[in-house]
Formats: sequence, C-alpha cells, structure tokens
Amino acid sequence: MALNSRIPEGPLDQKWTKYKNSVKLVNPANKRSIEVIVVGTGLAGASAAASLAEMGYKVKALCFQDSPRRAHSIAAQGGINAAKNYMNDGDSTFRLFYDTIKGGDYRSREGNVHRLAEVSTNIIDQCVAQGVPFARDYGGLLDNRSFGGTQVSRTFYAKGQTGQQLLLGAYSAMSRQVGKGNITLLNRHEMLDIVIVDGKARGIIARNMVTGEIERHSAHAVALCTGGYGNVFFLSTNAMGSNVTAAWRAHRRGALFANPCFTQIHPTCIPVSGDHQSKLTLMSESLRNDGRIWVPKFKEDAEAIRAKKLRPVDLAEDRRDYYLERRYPAFGNLVPRDIASRAAKERCDEGFGVNSTGEAVYLDFSAAIVRYGKAEANVKGLHNASEAEIVAMGKKVVESKYGNLFQMYEQIVAENPYETPMMIYPAVHYTMGGLWVDYELMTTIPGCYACGEANFSDHGANRLGASALMQGLADGYFVLPYTIGNYLADEIRTGAISTNTPEFEEAEKNVRNQLESFFTTNGTKPVDYFHKKLGKIMWNMCGMARNKPGLEQAIADIRQLREDFYKNVKVPGSTKGMNPELEKAARVADFIELGELMCIDALDRNESCGGHFREEYQTEEGEALRDDEKYMYVAAWEFTGNPSEPKLNKEDLVYENIKVSARSYK
Amino acid sequence: MNLTLKIWRQKSTNDQGKIVEYKVTDISEDMSFLEMIDVLNYDLVEKGDDPVTFDHDCREGICGMCSMFINGEAHGPNRGVTTCQLHMRSFKDGETIYIEPWRSAGFPVIKDLMVDRGAFDRIQQAGGFISVNTSGRTLDANAIPVPKEDADKSFDAATCIGCGACVATCPNGSAMLFVSAKVSQYALLPQGQVERKERVLNMVKKMDEEGFGNCSNIGACEVQCPKGISLENIARMNREYLMASIKPEN
Ligand SMILES: Cc1cc2nc3c(=O)[nH]c(=O)nc-3n(C[C@H](O)[C@H](O)[C@H](O)COP(=O)(O)OP(=O)(O)OC[C@H]3O[C@@H](n4cnc5c(N)ncnc54)[C@H](O)[C@@H]3O)c2cc1C
Ligand code: SF4
Ligand code: FES
Repeated sequence: MALNSRIPEGPLDQKWTKYKNSVKLVNPANKRSIEVIVVGTGLAGASAAASLAEMGYKVKALCFQDSPRRAHSIAAQGGINAAKNYMNDGDSTFRLFYDTIKGGDYRSREGNVHRLAEVSTNIIDQCVAQGVPFARDYGGLLDNRSFGGTQVSRTFYAKGQTGQQLLLGAYSAMSRQVGKGNITLLNRHEMLDIVIVDGKARGIIARNMVTGEIERHSAHAVALCTGGYGNVFFLSTNAMGSNVTAAWRAHRRGALFANPCFTQIHPTCIPVSGDHQSKLTLMSESLRNDGRIWVPKFKEDAEAIRAKKLRPVDLAEDRRDYYLERRYPAFGNLVPRDIASRAAKERCDEGFGVNSTGEAVYLDFSAAIVRYGKAEANVKGLHNASEAEIVAMGKKVVESKYGNLFQMYEQIVAENPYETPMMIYPAVHYTMGGLWVDYELMTTIPGCYACGEANFSDHGANRLGASALMQGLADGYFVLPYTIGNYLADEIRTGAISTNTPEFEEAEKNVRNQLESFFTTNGTKPVDYFHKKLGKIMWNMCGMARNKPGLEQAIADIRQLREDFYKNVKVPGSTKGMNPELEKAARVADFIELGELMCIDALDRNESCGGHFREEYQTEEGEALRDDEKYMYVAAWEFTGNPSEPKLNKEDLVYENIKVSARSYK
Repeated sequence: MNLTLKIWRQKSTNDQGKIVEYKVTDISEDMSFLEMIDVLNYDLVEKGDDPVTFDHDCREGICGMCSMFINGEAHGPNRGVTTCQLHMRSFKDGETIYIEPWRSAGFPVIKDLMVDRGAFDRIQQAGGFISVNTSGRTLDANAIPVPKEDADKSFDAATCIGCGACVATCPNGSAMLFVSAKVSQYALLPQGQVERKERVLNMVKKMDEEGFGNCSNIGACEVQCPKGISLENIARMNREYLMASIKPEN
C-alpha cells in the first residue's frame, strides 16, 4: 500500500496556516445533516465532540465508563506543555518542536510536530477561558514547571491533577453541547467493530454494556479517540479498562497500525509488590523537578538496606550514587523517560536495587525540602529559623506542589515520603505507536480518523512528559475540526445513512459470533489468567530491553497462548445484560493479537531508538544506537487475515528543518 | 488474612437483592480492597458462579468510578481515600466486612454494587460550564490575573471526582456538596462571572428534578468525601442562589 502522509507543501512554519486557508469548508446548513461518531471521551474525544458539535455537526459520543468525565485522561498528573514563554527562558514554537523531535529520537514527522507546537499556546488560552484552575503565582499569573528532555519551564499544571482539570474542562464544553441537544451521549457503550461501506467508514457496532444489546450506529465519519494500549502488559499505569479493541477492530478492517513496538516505560512508578497486583501507580515526572534519584554507591549498603538493617536516611551523602546526575550532567534528573528508565534498570540489574525485590531506586526530596524551607524563611524574613522550622516550612511547600501524589504513595506503600525517600521503578505507561494517520489525522480507512494516544503521529519513539495532554487537546480542539471538513465537504449530498444494509448486517454478525464463541468453550480459566500470562511475556521479552532470541521466543509463546485462550477461557453468564468478564474476554483477545504484532515489529526494527532498546544495538556507554540509513521510517503494519503474517508498509521520514544527530543529554 | 464478606447481590434494577456471604482466604495486607474483590471474583468464575459486579477504572482515586459502602461507610473506614485506595492493612484477620452499593433515590442500582449516577451528568449539562466556544481565539491566558487564593480555592472545589459518596452518606440523599463544588469552582474565577446567576439557578433546579433530597446541614458529606470538599462550598452556593433569586435578570 502506498502511504501518503499528505503533508502540505511550503515552509514548515506556514504549512498549517496555508492548509487552513485552502481547506474545503462545509456550510452551516449542510453540517446539520452530517453525523459524526466520536468514540472515546478522554481529552481527545471530549474536545473533538465538543468542537464538532459547536460547529454544527450532529455528534454521537461513546465511552465505556459510566460518564465521559471518567476517561483515563482524568488520571494524568503532572502537566501540559505549551510554548508560551511566560517564563522568558528562551522558549519558542521552534524549540518545543525541536525538543519533541529530538525527544522522540528522530522518528516522528516534522509537519505534524510543528503544527502541535504551534497550536499549543491556544490550548492554554482556551482552557483558562473555560475555567480550568491552573496553578498561579502570587502575582496571579500562570505558574510553570519543568519536565524531562527540555531545558525550559513550559509545563502548565494544576497540582498533581492536571489531567483531571483539563478533562473536566473538555467535559464541561461537551456537557454544554449535550444540553443543547447537539451531542448524543452513549455512556457504558463499547464499540466492537467499524462498518465500511464502499470503502468508507460509515458507522460502528457497539454493545450496550448494561443491557447487552448489540447496536448499529451510522455516521458520515468516525473518529477513534480511544486511548493507548499499555494494558497489553497487564500491569501498567493505565486504568483497568484501557484497551486496544476499537483501534484493533479498525486495524482488522484495513487501518494500518504504526510502530506498535514503541512503548514508553515511565521511570517513576511505585514498584510491584506482589502477584496480587492489578495495576501500577505513577509518581508524576514533575517530581523529578525536585526529587533526586539515587541508589547506594556500594553493594554492601544496598544489601543492608534490602535486609532492612540500614535506613536510607542514615546513609552518608558520599556513599550515595546520584547516577543520573553523574551520567548526564547537562540534564541530570530531567533526562527523557526512556533514558531514566534504562539507567534505573541498569543499576538494579547490577545489584544496587533498594527494596526486597531488588527492583527499586530512591527518589529523594530531602534536599528540596531544605531548599524550599530556606527560601520561605527568607520570604518571611525569618533569618534565625532553626533547622526544624526550615524543614517544616519546606514540607509545606512540597505539599502544596505534590500533596496528592505523596498521599497516594503513602496509601499504597505505607511509608511517609516526607520523612523517607520514595521507592520507585519503571513501569509501562504510554504507547507512542497506534493507528497510522496522515496529516489530517485520517487512518487508511477513508472517513475513519484517530486522535490522541490512539494514533501514532507526534511522539516518535519516545514521548516527552506533558506532551500527551497537549496532543490530545490539540487534535480534538484545533486539528480535527478543520481537517474533517475537508472530507465531509464531499459528503453533503450523501444524506442519512441507513443501518439496514448488508455491511451493517455482516459486522453485527461478526460481533455476535465472537461474543457467543466465548460461551461454547468448556474452559476452566478466568480471563485474567491469560491476560497476566501475556503481560509477563511482553514485559520480559518486549519491555525495557529486547533482543532477537527473546522476541522470537515471545512470538512463539504468544501463538501458544492464543490457542490456549480460545480453548480454555471461561466466561460466566451470557451475552445478555451486564457482564464485565465478557468485556474483558473480548479485549484480551485483541491484546493477544496486538502483542504478537508488537514483537514482530520490535524484531523487524534492527536498531535501538527511544523506548525501543534492542540490546544488540547500543553504544559502548549503553546508549541507544540508531540506524538512520535503514530505519528512518514509520513501520505501518497491514492486517492480512492472519495475525501472524502482517504486511509491512513504510513511510519514509524526511527531515528538512532539523539536523538529525545522535541524541545527547550529557 | 482470612475474611468473611457479606456482599449485596442484586441481579438488575428491578430485582429485590439480598446480602450473600463469602469467605476469602490468604489476603495480603498490601492488597487494595478492590484487589481483594478481584481474588473473590477469580474464585467465583473458576467455580462457575456469577462474579460480583462493581464500578472501577483508574484504581488510584481520581476517576470517581469506585463506589462501595463498606461497613456502613462510603469508601470504608479511612478518611480522604476512595474505595480503590483503601488497603487491606486497614482490616483485621477474621473480620466480617459488609459491602453494599451507594443507596439513594438519585442512584438506582444497575447490578450488585454498581449504580447509575447519570443524574450527575445531567446536572452538569444543565449549567456546569462556561459558555465559550472551543475556537482557541480567546484572550491570552495571562490577560486576567487571578489572585492565587481564589485560584487555589477554585481548584480545591474542582478536585471533586463526582463519585457520589456525599449523596450516599447523606440521610436526605442530598447532592449539595457535589453541585456546590462545581458552582464554587466557577464562582471563584473571573471567567465564571458572566453566567454566575443562571448557572446556580439551573443546576439547583436540575438537582431537585433528579430526586436528590434537601440539605439540612448534617455535614456527613464533608466527613466522607474522599477529596475533602469543604462545606464552605455549600454555604457559598446558598449565597449564590439567594443572590441570583432575589435579583431577577430584569
Ligand atoms: C497515570 C498517568 C499519568 C499521566 N500524566 C500525564 C501528564 O502529566 N501529562 C501528559 O501530557 N500526559 C500524561 N499521561 C498520558 C495521558 O494522560 C494520555 O496519553 C492521554 O490522556 C490520553 O488521552 P486520550 O483522549 O487519547 O485517551 P483516554 O483518556 O484514554 O480516553 C479513551 C476514551 O476512549 C473510550 N474507549 C476506549 N475504547 C472504547 C471502545 N471500544 N468503545 C467505546 N469507548 C471506548 C474510553 O471510555 C475513554 O473515554 C498520563 C498517563 C497516565 C496513565
Ligand atoms: S463532593 Fe466529594 S463525595 Fe461528593 S461527589 Fe465530589 S468527591 Fe465525591
Ligand atoms: S477506581 Fe477510580 S477513583 Fe477508584
């Protein structure tokens, strides 16, 4: 298949403006008779649904939770980037663009990323106008913090609940349109197939999760804003329900899946404590603004700490190894995530880990507490403040910045992070891969769009912190509302689309057959059994470090697992009514197929880049070694009918505005 | 540890429902409450029984889905946490734990521990927004400074997760804490001023229509709210409401 990214001609900083000036428009009267289905109500979906409805389209919005406000975006903690340069620290659109391309290890598209940087500033204006209560300084202006992979402060935040506040903002915009009758909300509905008529996306098949009914919904275009697929690893920082099903079913119907193996392992998460664990909890990257990461310098100290004979606070400063500051003096604790994660793994593999499993490093706030305490004392004119008073004031400042994160930590670990350093370890967090889309965010199925984490478009092989929220809102508020018009302008004569057609019939039957098949096996094992097994295979062989024999093994194991799943899975109840086990079974069936594709992709990419680290390809210092000659392309996989035999299509990446070089954060 | 669970089982909205007893064994202190239920459900599925249906998603106290009434308290015995953040170290070996759904006229049970909180969405749709289109062509974000104190208070109100524990806890089934948190978030910001009056009138009207009870200043909601939403918000909403009612638009 020939892939055309349809990047507009012209200089980089004029592409989007030129595009907007020449794009086809749909007049208001015609919009009223055009329907759009938006699947997903996270930042991408809620903002898209609200914007399209405001413009006059008839919108249907689906989510599998009981309310749009509960989409997984709600859990985002640390912040959202924008090139406002309010801090006057040299930030600019170009710099945000450059940081994003470099952070992504030169595996993303220049045109898309520049557009993202351009619209980033509108997002903040928009959100403030909507009543999003961002953090402010004493002068009443917006505050910023720093995130990894940058040397400026461009991250806007609302304590540790930035995603919540942004999503509630988008949800409020959406609610306004629901109230006006411009959006029909379908909560507790799960999309299980996409319907294609004459080569175009014309609707979806969804299951009403309360009644169990299988429903047909038609539209002139479908936008998939269904989030990422990190839960293929079973354990991740994603919400329990996050899944790949919508994207995967579209893939099975012809949408190419791009760079599936590009997953982000986040360096600062609460470590795994046992087999019972159902999910992992992130400790926001913003903590690396103020926390210093270390392990003991000497093995005997690490052993003593693991045996609980030594407390970390009692370990002398010169017996600690602040390994990020040591290895990467220019960026220190704020290196990008892939680098920080690998560095933690390296130390733990060498035997310096600090919890009972040996898989944890410290994130320490004691220095920040003293630093903030002293600053407060100065502000308040307390020049003779005692050490205890300084620490107390410092703790208050830290609490005001990260209070909810510290509370979350204490709930889970039962230790007080104000008193003793946090223990953290990398965990699966985000997926850069996703449905392949062109500049207009259209997949390879005409009329089917993908926005937010569900697409692959902007983050290359590694996403920078605070850029997912930016991308989700950019796609939904400012990109899709323009680009979809270019397609819908040709649909004004189509008229209402009937669901009473052979195509809908076939798709519905397809869904029914799959769901019913789970009840015809005489299986004995719950769905979670298979999901956990898949997760272990993926984490061990397609996780932070990958190699050829491991990936080959993983592919064989997954094929076996798939067979076992269809023979032995046990789903209670029936397709009728509320049945969470049935929902899980359908999702895990897709995760198993996706897992195999991820391993195939990782095996095919004989280089290391960003989060994709092939052990065979590294520098002497253990850094990722790219092969730009051979692999400077997007791997876009096509479904052939057999999940084990996907077909590779390549989109070559061209850099006209940035000099491609080895990434260095030293 | 080993526990006895007495769980509310109800097949559908119209079913009578009853408490059913289950035993779980080998529960670790480090498990979260929902992971303990996962263990139970895994066993039930293996045995061919119907697992317990409950709402949950993020499992880190932010999405507002989880909603269990545990030993007579919304979100269980600890303050400032949601059900999913509750850990088994808060319980003793051999204990009997009662688990029920939110109960309120405004929240019909769908199945077992899962209820329908759609009323909250509808209240939001009645006025919980600022009417600004999403064109991006608004004022520069820093054009209107907002005093830090107001911004912080607005944020505190905005951290409500819409879980409904306040309603479930209130003997009157009142939704005042939830609604007042939204009203306060906007009332405290300059951007929220234009629609200040209609907002509070419309949201309160919808709240009453949805069958939530009146507030009689008991204050149980504030105690059980996992996000520490303050009663101050209710006082503020009452003032807003009064102001909006005595000074009609024309
Ligand atoms: C713990 C955590 C913290 C994070 N912190 C940050 C941060 O500080 N800054 C940052 O930039 N990024 C952060 N991220 C990443 C960021 O939150 C996500 O990438 C982003 O929110 C994804 O938004 P989305 O709209 O694409 O998808 P989501 O928010 O995941 O929404 C998906 C939507 O699709 C619906 N859906 C899915 N499948 C179906 C289906 N089959 N049928 C119907 N509906 C369906 C769901 O119901 C939901 O409404 C964080 C992520 C995590 C996990
Ligand atoms: S006010 Fe508190 S208890 Fe009520 S819905 Fe909001 S967070 Fe839940
Ligand atoms: S599951 Fe999200 S708040 Fe408990």
